[in-house]
Order: sequence, then structure tokens, then C-alpha cells
Amino acid sequence: MKVLKLIYKNLLRHKLRSMLTIFGIAIAVLAFGLLRTVVTAWSYGVDAASADRLITRHAVAFIFPLPYSYKSQLEGIAGVKTVSFASWFQGIYKDQSFENFFPRIAVDPLTIFEVYPEYIISTDQLTTFQQQRNSCVVGKKLAEQHSFKIGDIIPITGDIYPGNWEFTVVGIYSGKDKTADETQMFFNWEYLNERNRQTNSWATDQVGWYVLQVDNPNAAAMVSETIDALYINSPAKTKTETEKAFQQGFVSLSGAIITSMEIVSYVIIGIILMVLANTIIMAARERIREYAVLKTLGFTSSHVVGLIAGESLFISMLGGAVGLALTFPVCKGFGDAFPTMFPVFAVQPMTIVLSIGFSLLVGVIASIFPAYRSANMKIVDGLRQIG
Amino acid sequence: MSTLVEIQNVTKVYRRDTLEIPVLQNISLNVPEGEFLALMGPSGSGKTTLLNLISGIDKPTSGSIIVAGTDIAKLSESALAKWRSHHIGFVFQFYNLMPVLTAYENVELPLLLTNLSKKEKKERVAMVLKVVGLEDRMDHYPKQLSGGQQQRVAIARAIVSDPTVIIGDEPTGDLDRKSAEEILILLSRLNSEFKKTIIMVTHDPHAAESAHKIQHLDKGELNAN
Repeated sequence: MKVLKLIYKNLLRHKLRSMLTIFGIAIAVLAFGLLRTVVTAWSYGVDAASADRLITRHAVAFIFPLPYSYKSQLEGIAGVKTVSFASWFQGIYKDQSFENFFPRIAVDPLTIFEVYPEYIISTDQLTTFQQQRNSCVVGKKLAEQHSFKIGDIIPITGDIYPGNWEFTVVGIYSGKDKTADETQMFFNWEYLNERNRQTNSWATDQVGWYVLQVDNPNAAAMVSETIDALYINSPAKTKTETEKAFQQGFVSLSGAIITSMEIVSYVIIGIILMVLANTIIMAARERIREYAVLKTLGFTSSHVVGLIAGESLFISMLGGAVGLALTFPVCKGFGDAFPTMFPVFAVQPMTIVLSIGFSLLVGVIASIFPAYRSANMKIVDGLRQIG
Repeated sequence: MSTLVEIQNVTKVYRRDTLEIPVLQNISLNVPEGEFLALMGPSGSGKTTLLNLISGIDKPTSGSIIVAGTDIAKLSESALAKWRSHHIGFVFQFYNLMPVLTAYENVELPLLLTNLSKKEKKERVAMVLKVVGLEDRMDHYPKQLSGGQQQRVAIARAIVSDPTVIIGDEPTGDLDRKSAEEILILLSRLNSEFKKTIIMVTHDPHAAESAHKIQHLDKGELNAN
């Protein structure tokens, strides 16, 4: 306990230096935590993907639509439980600013909440959504961000599908858990199709992709092969894959950015390791005579190592704890600021483990050289140092 | 009186790269228990080196050093550290107190290596601080004490674990005359009243007069007076 007291008192010897080092480590751990959270948030869709959902899209590219007529054929395939579909609508809400962007998707109101059971909506609201052609439902987070209420009309200027569009909010869905995306707006695909018949005939009776719920996730590969084989000779060939693989495809488009962010997060840890190592080396060098005195009194090299490593670990772990404590509110603020970019922005348990682990590792590594040098220092050499 | 420190044919050679620097040459010396010995000699004569060898913080190149029946030249580093904590009380020229610890905490340091209870440690520290006349300054930090007071704290630290030998390396070398006199009186008291064996290196003939015996070292060789 007295050694701990000595460590504590040594820390207070140069208060500003200790505080700056702790602050530096805290900032580094915060930056690491934030970057890791961005990386994990980026691929949240992959993690949140359901094993019993398949996505069938155009074999050439996601942007090409598939015929609506495929729906009844897909429903007839063995192993397929439910078939839903959707089309990316896009459009402009108010302006093209980032804060006014959110996913607007035309869906099948009869099946969407069946294939996505993680989205919770009241029966009344769902019934209205299914019955009212120009209705829409919005996620809870999106509703909070834009103050959408039931009965509000959301005006959208179409771009892919030109024209002025108005959607009446008839429901607000919430996620079953934190991984569910609450930033989307769903509206009735029939409404889109009806308007397309009048003004955008090229897009009539087309859907963006199909979402299929299968009876048995283990049979997903077989079902996928059956579907794609069915349309192998049709003008609109399909590519069917698990929802996870589908999401992974999106994430891989940003692979270089994510990899860069991951590298930067580790570089930050490396930099702070140098900073702490420098601090501990300076401190140990200043106290070399004191360590020699302690050894003269009968303290062993292990005691000296304990003092140096203890101080290094205390600084790194305290900095790590402060950084980790700051990571939560900062990530929450970041997530709140970019709700549609990062529908799920939460510090993952692995990020916490890595932050603590790196704090510990940095503390240990930073103390190795000064501890080794001080432990192996001859007492007579240490006593000759000018204190 | 029985012999407490027995030095036989000790030689110490320092090596700097390929250069060999002989510091002590074939030294033999016996120090009886209860002795107050002063080692004198010019700079570079090997006084401090001999003191370091006796206190087990350095090892001889050849020869044996037996202190209280133990040939310390044969002990391992860790055994030597333990041995020092039991047998040696070291008083340095520049006090070498821990600046972040109070006088009480500095004196308590050697006791952290013992199995004494908290109460026993407290009693011991209070007792030795009283012996050196600093019982009212126990909560003061070194920078709040004069040089003489710091050296008295260092002496308290040296005697708190009741060592076999007190080693003083120029203990008055950094003090004014009055403070130096107080330290010498204190060392004499420790020797006469508490029967402590003291080996002290000094440049100062006046300081050496406090000792029972003076040994002169010159160019690494011992000349008895």
C-alpha cells in the first residue's frame, strides 16, 4: 500500500505534466472509441441482418429494377415464407442539405412489417398505412429529428421519380432493440406505381428489390439458387443473396474509407504510446538517484520496476477511464447529430474492451524500457547522478 | 570487542571500455563491533568505494568482505538487498531524502520491508525522530527543512531498522559548521549511547576527530594512523 502511496505522490510531483499526459491519453482513447464506433456503425446493417431474410435484386446492378410480376412467382418457390418488395425513392425534402436527407422507400404495406419484425408499429397505424394510398410511416428517431407527428404531410420533390409528392404520416414505428434502424420513411409502393403509370411509364410495375422471408435459414443457399435459376434466361436476371451478404456489398463500397479509419484509430494508440513512454522515461531519468537510494535501503529491483510500471499504468488506466467515460456522451452527441447517416450509433462492448486493453497495453509497454534500465542500474552509478 | 567487519585482501578495479582503473589495492581492515571509524584521504583515494563495498552496494573485484559473519561478496543481488535492509544504515552527503515524502514517511521507508505492525512502525519512527530531535517536524517535507534537519532525518532513516552498521559518506560535507557539529554530536551519541558501529568517510579533520579511530587511504592503499 505504501508503494501505491509513493506512486501517487510521484504522480503529483509534476502535476501539470501528469495531467497533460492523462488528458492526452483520454483524448486518444476518446478518438479511438469514436472512430471504432463509426466503423462499427458503418457496418451495423451487416450485424443487424436477419438470417431468415434473402434479398433478390437485378443481377447486373442494384440500380436496375425487377418486374413486379416476379412477386407471385417467388411466392410459389418452396421454402419461401413471405415475399415483400421495395423501391428506393430518394427525392428532396426541403433542400439537399445533409440534415434533411433520410431514406424514403416505397414498400409493400401488407408485408413490410411481417418480414421486418424488428420494426414495431401499432395495429391501428398499420391498418391505416395499408388502407390509405398516400400514407407513410416514419421511424421514431426520424420523427423526433424532424418533429413529424401523425397527420403531418411530408412534401417531397421527386428526382428519380419527378414531380411533387405529398405523404401523410399515419404511423411511427420503433425498433425492437437498439440495432433496428428508426430513421427511415416507408410509403405505399402502390402510390408510387399509380403516379408512375401517369407520368413515368418507364418505371411502371417495377420494384427495386425483393425481400424474402424463408422458412429455414439453413436452406437459404438452396432457395437463392432456385430463384436465380428461375430467371437465368429472362431479360431481368436476378441475384439472390442473404441480407447479410447484401448489406456487406454496400459496406464494401466504402471499404477503403473504413480501413483507413481503422488504421488511424490504431495509429492514435501508437502516438499516445510514444507520449506516455516519453513521460515515463523522463520521470524515471529524473528519479534515477532516488531509485538508487531505495535500493541502498534494501528495496529490490522488483520494487523499482513496480514503482515505474505502477506509475505508467496508473496514468494510462486513469487516462483510459476518462477517455472511455467521455466516449459515451460524445458518441451519443455524434449519433444525434447524424441520425440518418448512422441509424445505429452505439459504443459496442468490443470497443470498450479494446479501449481498456489498449490503455493497459500502453501503460505496460511505456514502462518496459525505463523499468528495465532502472532495475539493472548499478546503485553506485545511480548515486552519482545529479539529482 | 568482536570483529564486526572483516575485509581481507580486497581489490577493486573499474573497467571503462578496455581501460582498467585500479581503485583499491589489496585492502585488509578489521572493524570491531561498537567502533566509530573515520576513513580519510584525498579525492580519488578510494574512500567512498571502500564504503560502498562494506555496505554491499558494490562488489569487490577480488578479496572478501565479511560483515556480521556474512561474506557479502558472495551474495546474489536480491540476497544482498535483503541483507542491506537488515544490516546497513546509510547516511549520504546530500541526504537523499524522497522529496515527495514527509520526514515521517522518509524515516518509515526502510520499515516497509519489515513485517512490523503499523503500530510498531509508528512507534519506531516516532522514537528515532525523537532521538534526532525532530519529533515536531515529522509532517514536514524535505524542502521545508534546513540542511542540518534533513541530514538528521536521513540519520533517523538510517537507524530506524536498527542496523548492524551505520555508514556515513561525508555526512557533514554539505552542512554549515553549526549543523555539522550537531550531526557529529548525534553520531557520537548513537555510538556511545546506542552502541552503534559507525564507519564514516570524511574530508574534514574536525569531523574525523569524533571517531575513535582514523584510517587514511591514499591511492587505493590503506595507511593506519
